[in-house]
Amino acid sequence: MTSPLEQKLKVKGPVVVTANRLRDGIVIYRTGNGGWTTDLGAAAIVTTTPAAQELLKVAVADDVGAVQAYVAPVELTADRRVLPGNLRERIRVAGPTIALPAAADECSALPVGA
Amino acid sequence: MYVYDEFDWALLEQRVAEFRDQVRRRLAGELTEDEFKLLRLLNGVYLQLHAYMLRIGIPYGTLSSEQMRALAHVARNYDRGYGHFTTRQNIQFHWIKLEELPDAMGYLAQHRLHGIQTSGNSIRNVTTDQWAGVTPEEIEDPRIWAELIRQHTTLHPEFSFLPRKFKIAITAAAHDRAAVKIHDVSLRLYRNDAGEAGFEVGVGGGLGRIPYLAQTIKPFLPKRDLLSYIEAILRVYNQYGRRDNIHKARIKILVHQIGVEKFAEEVEAEWQTIRTGPLALEPSVIAEIATRFRYPDYEALDDNPDALTSARLTDRAFATWFNACVNRHKQKGYAIVTLSLKPEGGTPGDATAEQMDAIADLADRYSFGEIRVGHEQNLVLPHVRQRDLVELWRALDAIGVALPNINLVSDIIACPGLDYCSLANARSIPVAQELTRRFRDLDVARNLGRLHINISGCINACGHHHVGHIGILGVEKNGEEFYQVTIGGRADEKAELGTLIGPAVPYGDVANVVEDIAAAYLELRDRPEELFIDTVKRLGVEPFRERVYATRQAG
Repeated sequence: MTSPLEQKLKVKGPVVVTANRLRDGIVIYRTGNGGWTTDLGAAAIVTTTPAAQELLKVAVADDVGAVQAYVAPVELTADRRVLPGNLRERIRVAGPTIALPAAADECSALPVGA
Repeated sequence: MYVYDEFDWALLEQRVAEFRDQVRRRLAGELTEDEFKLLRLLNGVYLQLHAYMLRIGIPYGTLSSEQMRALAHVARNYDRGYGHFTTRQNIQFHWIKLEELPDAMGYLAQHRLHGIQTSGNSIRNVTTDQWAGVTPEEIEDPRIWAELIRQHTTLHPEFSFLPRKFKIAITAAAHDRAAVKIHDVSLRLYRNDAGEAGFEVGVGGGLGRIPYLAQTIKPFLPKRDLLSYIEAILRVYNQYGRRDNIHKARIKILVHQIGVEKFAEEVEAEWQTIRTGPLALEPSVIAEIATRFRYPDYEALDDNPDALTSARLTDRAFATWFNACVNRHKQKGYAIVTLSLKPEGGTPGDATAEQMDAIADLADRYSFGEIRVGHEQNLVLPHVRQRDLVELWRALDAIGVALPNINLVSDIIACPGLDYCSLANARSIPVAQELTRRFRDLDVARNLGRLHINISGCINACGHHHVGHIGILGVEKNGEEFYQVTIGGRADEKAELGTLIGPAVPYGDVANVVEDIAAAYLELRDRPEELFIDTVKRLGVEPFRERVYATRQAG
């Protein structure tokens, strides 16, 4: 697998750095103060390639806190909310789009065709 | 059931202790992710979109009730209350925490379950017919041979770092339920004209980015030579297989590039150097393995007891289930029962911890404590007394696994897709769910007859889309999910790869396309008995293409 640091970055809009937490694998985002958060809204957002590269570089250096860090697109709404920028990231934020067999309420309820 | 010996137990115990230490060192920062990734993959641990995923091997798809309860325990205590049975006769848990994995593995190991060689570039679970040992169609139980291969290849140092993963499948029946031709090595156990049992050996099958069906390189291999011949294949692959490009590393690419004749020559030359050595299987070795498969103490019973005959005549719902889910057993008075894990609106292959426990209880009561997993992602109770079928049917219905849709349009194979998998480009499960709703009417489904829909969320083809009668492949186009549709594929003894019918269609149109294909088939078949796959074979894809794209823009 290509190292995240070798990812060809071409930032054309707002992005965050995301990864999975080492101990349990849950989705996390890099914050502006060098930590990690499970809240996309609290993630550090950058908009240029050099800034994304720098954010990713320090994220990858935290090899114990996070696994498989990479740069992911986000959308910023008019009311300053942060939304995932593609379907894969929407699913990572909200969980599977289907009802889970043993816990139907955990369905992220993405609309059909999303 | 195969019974472990002290070597099997010791191996598992050591592996769990080793992995526990590796996890401890990783969490403490003593191992980097690059170092640890290789180690976790040796134990079936992947990192998916939302969490770690643990894949547990189920050798040749055979489970005891006690093992099923162990899986339920792990689902309940270490995951989110369910598991996913896969197209490789394995089970996956999708929400495992790394810090809890050693305990989960330790628990599983107490029940002879583990993830060794369920990932990585190793020899994976040897799969076979889920009716092995019980179908009257087979010449002998193929699991004996699967177990021999399992033992020989488990942690084999020469084959632990192959160019790429390696899958072997065996069938011993004329009708291939194990999809052997889509495997790196396909084995068909049969009797030759002299009445001697042996293997037809094929190589180079596999789906994924570049699909191929296995090609025969040894029309008849005596049983005693099975291990030496497989070892020769692996050595040739190990020597010549590409390691510089992951997309060209499978044996199918090697076979295609050098040609099957040249590949066969290389194997033959290698084999001649080892065939009379220690790998030659003496009858005593085969007998030793065979004795560790315990078969039930069947009662002497007659077929078609009165209670069964009466129920089939008087209870339409039971008769429907019987016709769809019950098959002949080699032992008189017994039956093979398939449990559908394809409920309307459900996820193909998923079972809750409660269902697993209940199925384990039913296996104890009705099937000598034995359960099978089929590559179609359904379960099987392999030894059911025919006189118990009505009672069992009611119990299965109560836990939601008695839908009589086996081999029908809603008996869909699907990979986890983008809802779970970090490799996927598109979702598979909601597509399958929508199709089960569209075809919820079982009269409609029965009128369509045998029709296999296989869905993959990416080109890696875990959902076997190339060999679905209707195959659906999810792709991503400009950030949107699109789906390519093929028809005419099949995975049985007449295996074929499907043909693309035209441009990909958007997510919301997939079920409509399948309905159009089904409608076209009903108009085109020359008689009700002509199966979908035979109509496609007779007419080709063109009439179906015309039907689907007549009202859709090519795009």
